[in-house]
Amino acid sequence: MSTDAAAGPGGRRTLRAPAWKRRRRPLLPQQWRRPMAIVGIVVIVFWLVIAVLAPLVAPYDPLAQEFARLAPPSAAHWFGTDVLGRDVLSRTLYGSRISLPLSLILVLASMVIGSVVGAIAGYFGRVVDEVIMRIADLVFAFPTIILAMIVAASLGPSLLNAVIALLVVSWPSYARVMRSLVLSARGQEYVVAGRLLGAGTVRSLGRDILPNVAAPVLVLATLDFGNAILLLSGLSFLGLGAVPPTPEWGAMVSDGVQQFSSWWLAAFPGLAIFTVVVAFNFVGDALRDALDPRTAEAVSEVSV
Amino acid sequence: MTSLPSSSDVELAATGTSRAGRRRHPLLRYVGIRLGISVLLLIGVTIVTFVLSNLVPADPVQAALGERAAGDPKIVAAFRAQQGLDKPVVVQYFIYLAHLLQGNLGTSTQTHNPVARDLAVAFPATAELALFVLVFSIVIGLGLGLIAALRHNRLSDQVIRVFSLVGISIPTFWLALAFFYLFFYVLGWAPGTGRLDPATTPPPTVTGMYTVDALLAGQWDTFADALAHLVLPGAVLTLYTVGLLIRFSRSGVLDVLSQDYVKAARAKGLPARAVVFRYILRGALLPILTIVGLAFGSLLSGTVLTEQVFGWGGLGQYAYKSATTLDLPAVMGVGVVVGIVYIAINFAIDVVYGFIDPRVRVQ
Repeated sequence: MSTDAAAGPGGRRTLRAPAWKRRRRPLLPQQWRRPMAIVGIVVIVFWLVIAVLAPLVAPYDPLAQEFARLAPPSAAHWFGTDVLGRDVLSRTLYGSRISLPLSLILVLASMVIGSVVGAIAGYFGRVVDEVIMRIADLVFAFPTIILAMIVAASLGPSLLNAVIALLVVSWPSYARVMRSLVLSARGQEYVVAGRLLGAGTVRSLGRDILPNVAAPVLVLATLDFGNAILLLSGLSFLGLGAVPPTPEWGAMVSDGVQQFSSWWLAAFPGLAIFTVVVAFNFVGDALRDALDPRTAEAVSEVSV
Repeated sequence: MTSLPSSSDVELAATGTSRAGRRRHPLLRYVGIRLGISVLLLIGVTIVTFVLSNLVPADPVQAALGERAAGDPKIVAAFRAQQGLDKPVVVQYFIYLAHLLQGNLGTSTQTHNPVARDLAVAFPATAELALFVLVFSIVIGLGLGLIAALRHNRLSDQVIRVFSLVGISIPTFWLALAFFYLFFYVLGWAPGTGRLDPATTPPPTVTGMYTVDALLAGQWDTFADALAHLVLPGAVLTLYTVGLLIRFSRSGVLDVLSQDYVKAARAKGLPARAVVFRYILRGALLPILTIVGLAFGSLLSGTVLTEQVFGWGGLGQYAYKSATTLDLPAVMGVGVVVGIVYIAINFAIDVVYGFIDPRVRVQ
């Protein structure tokens, strides 16, 4: 999928690799064969395995309060225990079952909503475009977490509400990218030809335009995934997401603020957040490099 | 779009200016348009904060009056009339807007102070932190980004890229906690939470930023204390912002590097230093400006979490406290102030854009 994008006219890659070389598809696409991307993929796979196998891998029940309180890391409890006598290792491992799927839902939902809205804006133009993009501008006029915080607080603290609040603030970047991509695709000959052949709006957008704009949006989603995890755990850290006793990483770090001298409470869940986020950013970065410069620019304008 | 104006562009702009001298200066027109957009956005911000605070499922009457008084329909009716809650929503909005224009942001239901007065204390605290971070981040971030781009795909580029990705991937609240634990609790190098030592009296208020006020009053001890308190939260936020700035400046400079005028400058044998400073950096100035605006926004987000750990008492902490206690006037106040700052900065950047790049004005 991304090799097509990389072969765009004027792309650097086209100059470097002659046509016969590009056609001989290697085992791993070129953009994956970088140390950073490989490290990223390995870490992501590691966490996915942990998330699936958490009940088998975790030594204890993440909610069981049956151990000595605030015990430092030891052979029995590698990551120590928390203020209620729960095993921090088990809670950290189980935390992946909360952060990963919820961030995935958040990213997918904002991608779908943002893309549809952006495609509508770009395709129809005029008033529709103006209205949609001004709303997007408004959301951009607030710092992400402040707006999300206000929305989450008014909805009441829960993980689902935190996801909704973040959805409110995160769809506009997809809408912007999608709009600019659709705007430039709309005038292409093949789209016009499709319209002349009698394709309706849905068919034109879905069959002719979508395949040509999907790659950059997917890259944006990968880059956004790390951000989603950071924001979600940030809201939970503030007490506006996960409610106790949920083993959510951000909420666990916030437990560590209360018990300041027990460094292990916050250190390990924080490390978990960091490894996942950095892994997704490594992969997203490599993917972005694989895009052709023009679409990469559209992605860079809205993403970190 | 990101390139230095080529000579033909400059000529075009020059003739454009002289022609427009008879009508209206294109720069003025451009600034006017940007100003109009900013004002529209501002109105939008007030609508958003108003709507958001009206969507709150919790009843503000009960929150403000307490349960006993809220049980008495007479008191409730009087309160609703006093606050204008018995009027139609649209009317309520215009009342809100009229108050806003007079600088009246309402009274916080938690602190019982006028929100404007609370914000006047909180805002300089955050501004001080944000400016401190921005100065360091811009110098470090742009420098590293430039180095990375100039040494594209070499070892130093890879190292800087990894560093920048790590910087934006660390949860700020976690890093804040780690720094605090290490430098305050274990090593004892850094002072505790807050903006000043409890024993130190704040300097006379001029700007509200303690470091600046202390300098103005010539209180060197207070200045040193305020600065010492700035270092840790500043370092946490700087790491994140530097990561962000490296990414943007690197790609901005890479863009410029592939431009013909840079290649030409190199081809005609200009020394590397001259090419970097006179051609590349000037060409990359526009994207860099955009970045600074973006960085400021992410900085404001970052302060919410960092201020929480360091008990900074700035906008972020105020926003958090008022959001979690459903203190609606305070929430709306923060939303409006932050929105205004954000829009003002983007407006300023747009204007500078127009000054630097004549092509922007004619669009």
